[in-house]
Amino acid sequence: MGFFSKLKESLKKTKEAISYKLNKLFTGGVLNDEFYDELEMIMLTADIGASATETILEQLREVVDEKHIRKAEDVRTELRRIMVEILEENPCPEYEYPLIIVVAGVNGVGKTTAIGKLAKRFKQQKKSVTIVAGDTFRAAASDQLTVWAERAGVRIVKHTEGADPGAVVYDAVMSAKSKKTDVLLVDTAGRLHNKKNLMKELEKISGIIGREMPEAMHLNYIVLDATTGQNALSQVDIFNEAIDIDGIILTKLDGTAKGGVVLAIASQLQIPVVYVGVGEGIDDLEEFEAENFIDAIVS
Amino acid sequence: MGLFSGLSEKLNHIFSKLTARGKLTELEIKQAMREIRIALLEADVNLSVVKDFISRVSQQAVGEKIMNSLTPGQQVIKIVNEEMIALMGSTNSALEVAPKPPTVIMMCGLQGAGKTTMCGKLAAMLKKQGKKPLLVAGDIYRPAAINQLQVVGKSVGVEVYEHGVQKPYKTALEALKVAEKKGLDTVIIDTAGRLHINDELMKELEDVKREIKPTEILLTVDAMTGQDAVTVATTFNDRLDISGVILTKLDGDTRGGAALSIKAVTGKPIKFCGTGEKMGDIEAFHPERMASRILGMGDVLTLIEKAQNAVTEEEMQKLEKKFKESNFTLDDFLTQFDNISKMGDLSQLISMMPGLGRNIKISEKDIDEKRIARFKAIIQSMTMYEREHPEIIKSSRRKRIAAGSGTTIQDVNQLLKQFEQSKDMMRAMKGGKRMPFRR
Ligand SMILES: Nc1nc2c(ncn2[C@@H]2O[C@H](COP(=O)(O)OP(=O)(O)O)[C@@H](O)[C@H]2O)c(=O)[nH]1
Ligand SMILES: [Mg+2]
Repeated sequence: MGFFSKLKESLKKTKEAISYKLNKLFTGGVLNDEFYDELEMIMLTADIGASATETILEQLREVVDEKHIRKAEDVRTELRRIMVEILEENPCPEYEYPLIIVVAGVNGVGKTTAIGKLAKRFKQQKKSVTIVAGDTFRAAASDQLTVWAERAGVRIVKHTEGADPGAVVYDAVMSAKSKKTDVLLVDTAGRLHNKKNLMKELEKISGIIGREMPEAMHLNYIVLDATTGQNALSQVDIFNEAIDIDGIILTKLDGTAKGGVVLAIASQLQIPVVYVGVGEGIDDLEEFEAENFIDAIVS
Repeated sequence: MGLFSGLSEKLNHIFSKLTARGKLTELEIKQAMREIRIALLEADVNLSVVKDFISRVSQQAVGEKIMNSLTPGQQVIKIVNEEMIALMGSTNSALEVAPKPPTVIMMCGLQGAGKTTMCGKLAAMLKKQGKKPLLVAGDIYRPAAINQLQVVGKSVGVEVYEHGVQKPYKTALEALKVAEKKGLDTVIIDTAGRLHINDELMKELEDVKREIKPTEILLTVDAMTGQDAVTVATTFNDRLDISGVILTKLDGDTRGGAALSIKAVTGKPIKFCGTGEKMGDIEAFHPERMASRILGMGDVLTLIEKAQNAVTEEEMQKLEKKFKESNFTLDDFLTQFDNISKMGDLSQLISMMPGLGRNIKISEKDIDEKRIARFKAIIQSMTMYEREHPEIIKSSRRKRIAAGSGTTIQDVNQLLKQFEQSKDMMRAMKGGKRMPFRR
C-alpha cells in the first residue's frame, strides 16, 4: 500500500477523536479564541510558519463569519479546503519527451535518492532514462549515484570527482541526442543556497541544456527535506533566482515532520509540490496529493 | 538618515508601540512578547519552547526599570537575549576524554544531517590538538557511505576502519582493537542516518552503545530543522542518553531556532557547529552568537553598546529637543555625523549582522564613510550663520564652500538636499519618535 493510502487509512481512525476534541472547544455554539488557538497550534507545529498561518486563519474566520458556520467539523472542512486550494493553485508540469529534469537543493535533502527513485519510475513507464552525475563535489557522490543507476537499471554519465559539472552535462546531452534518450535526470551538488559558486554552476548547467537541446522539455526541481523549517522558503527563493524552479520534491515525509512550509512556499512563490519521498527504498516516491497531505496536518 | 534602516525598521516595527519611560508595563510587555513570539516561530523555535520562554521572559520583564541608557525596546531585547543565552548554556564544548584510551565518540542523527562530514571535521580538529584519531565506517545502508568516509578520512589524513556490511557494533568492536594495537587514542564512529521512529534502527544504535560504551554520544542536527527538532532530539536522547549536540550547516542563512529547542528539551550541551564545506569549518558553540542569530539581529547588542558609547546623554537630549522645536541646523547635522564616525568602521558594523545580508536595505551609499567625511568637511567650511540659515546658501556661497572643503558643487547640493530630507523626516515624526541613536 502506498504512503498516501496508508495515511488515509490511519486518518480514518483518528478522525472521530479529533472532531470530538475540536467540538469541545465550542462554547455555546460560538467559536471561541481557544478554538482558533488550537488550530493555530496545529498549524504552527506543522511548520506552516507564523505568517502563513495567520493569513490562512484570517481567511478562515472570514469564511466562517460569512457562511455562519457553527460546527467544528464544518470549520475543519473549510480550513482544509483553503489549504488544499493554496496547494492546488499551481499545477504540476505535464511531461513531454525528451525531458530533462535538473534536481537541485541543499546538502543532504535527498537529491541523489530522489533521482534513483525517479529513474525507476520513468523506466517503469517504458522510457529510456539516463542519470547524469552532476555532483562532482561531494566525496563519493558519483559512487552513490552509480548504485542507484544499477538499482533502477538505467545508464549513467559521469566524470571524475572535481570535474566540471557543465562538461558532464554537456556530454550527457550529446549522448542523449544521439541515443534518442527520453529522460535525462541531472543530479547536482548539494550546497548551501547562499553560496554564489553553486548558483553560477546551476545557471551554467541550465544554459548548456537550453542551448544544446532546446527541443527538450527542461524542468528544474528543488528537493526539500520535510524536516526543514522556515528556511525552506529562503532555499526555494534563492534557487529560484538562479534557475526557474518548476516543482518541489518533498522528502522524508516518512518521519514525524509534516513539511507544512510548502504551504507558505506555494502561496508566496507559486511553486507546486510534484512528488513526495516517503522512505529510502527505490519505490518510496509518490505523486503529491494535496488533500491527503493536508489531512495529515489538520488531524 | 537611512543609516541602519533595515535593522531599525525591524526594531521599530517590534517596539514602536513601546515608548513610555520608567517601568515596563504589563500591556507593553504583552505587545512586545507577541512580536517576539512571531520572531521566534519564524526562526523555527518549537512552539512549546516558545511558550515557556515567553512566559519566563515576561515575568522577568514586568516592572523592570528601564535603564537610562536604553529604550524600552532595547531593554526588552536585552532581557530576551540574556535569557536565551542562559538557556543555551555555556561555551564549554570540550569533549570528554576516557580515563583509559581510546576515547570513543559515537555520532547519530537523522538522514542528511551531515554526520559523515562532521566525523571528518572532528578528526581533523582532534588531530590538530595532537590526538590520534581513527574513523569507523558504521553506515552500512546508504549507497557509497563507506566510500564517502574513506574519501573524507583521506583528505584529513586520518585512518578509516571499515568492514563492509555487518552489524555496526561488530565493526565498532573491531575498530577498538585496531585502535589499541596502533596506539590510536580517539575513535570516531560514523553511523547511518535514521528516523527516530524507526525502532529497528534505533535498537541498532542501542546495541553499539551497549557494546562499546562510548565516551561521547553526539547527536548531529541540521540547523535548518523546523518544529520537529524537539521530537527528534527527545527520542534520540531518551533512547541513547546523548552527551551532546552538534549543529550543522550554520553557514547558511537559517536563523537556527532548533538550537534553542533542542537545548530546552534535552538539557544537553551544544558542543560544536559546522560552518562550511571545508574540513576546517568547525567551531565551538557560542550561545551569544546563536541568540542574536535566532533573534535575527546579528550583533545588535554590540551595536547598541557602540552607539551608547559614542553619544552622550546630554548631546542626545539637546538634539532631540531641537528636533522637536524644528530648529535643527546644519551644525547639529555635523554633530550627528561626528557621532556616526565615532561609532567606528561602519562597514564592519554592518557585517556583524549575519543573515541580514540579503534583507537589509542599507545601500552602499549609506555606509560610505568617505561620503560622510566629505559632508563633514562641507559643513565645516560654512560660517556659523550659514549653518543656522541654510536657505541663504545660494550659488556663489555654494561655490565658495565647495572650494573651501575641497569638494564639488554637486557634493554641496547633495548635502543640502539630504539635510532638507532629514528635516522633512523629523517633521513627519512630529517629535514623537526617537532618534536612531537615542540612548
Ligand atoms: N527516511 C527517508 N530518508 C531519505 C529520503 N530521501 C533521502 N533520504 C536519505 O537522506 C540521506 C541523504 O540523501 P542523499 O540522496 O544523499 O541527499 P543529497 O545530498 O541531497 O543527494 C540519505 O541517507 C538518504 O537515504 C526519504 O524520503 N525518507
Ligand atoms: Mg547527492
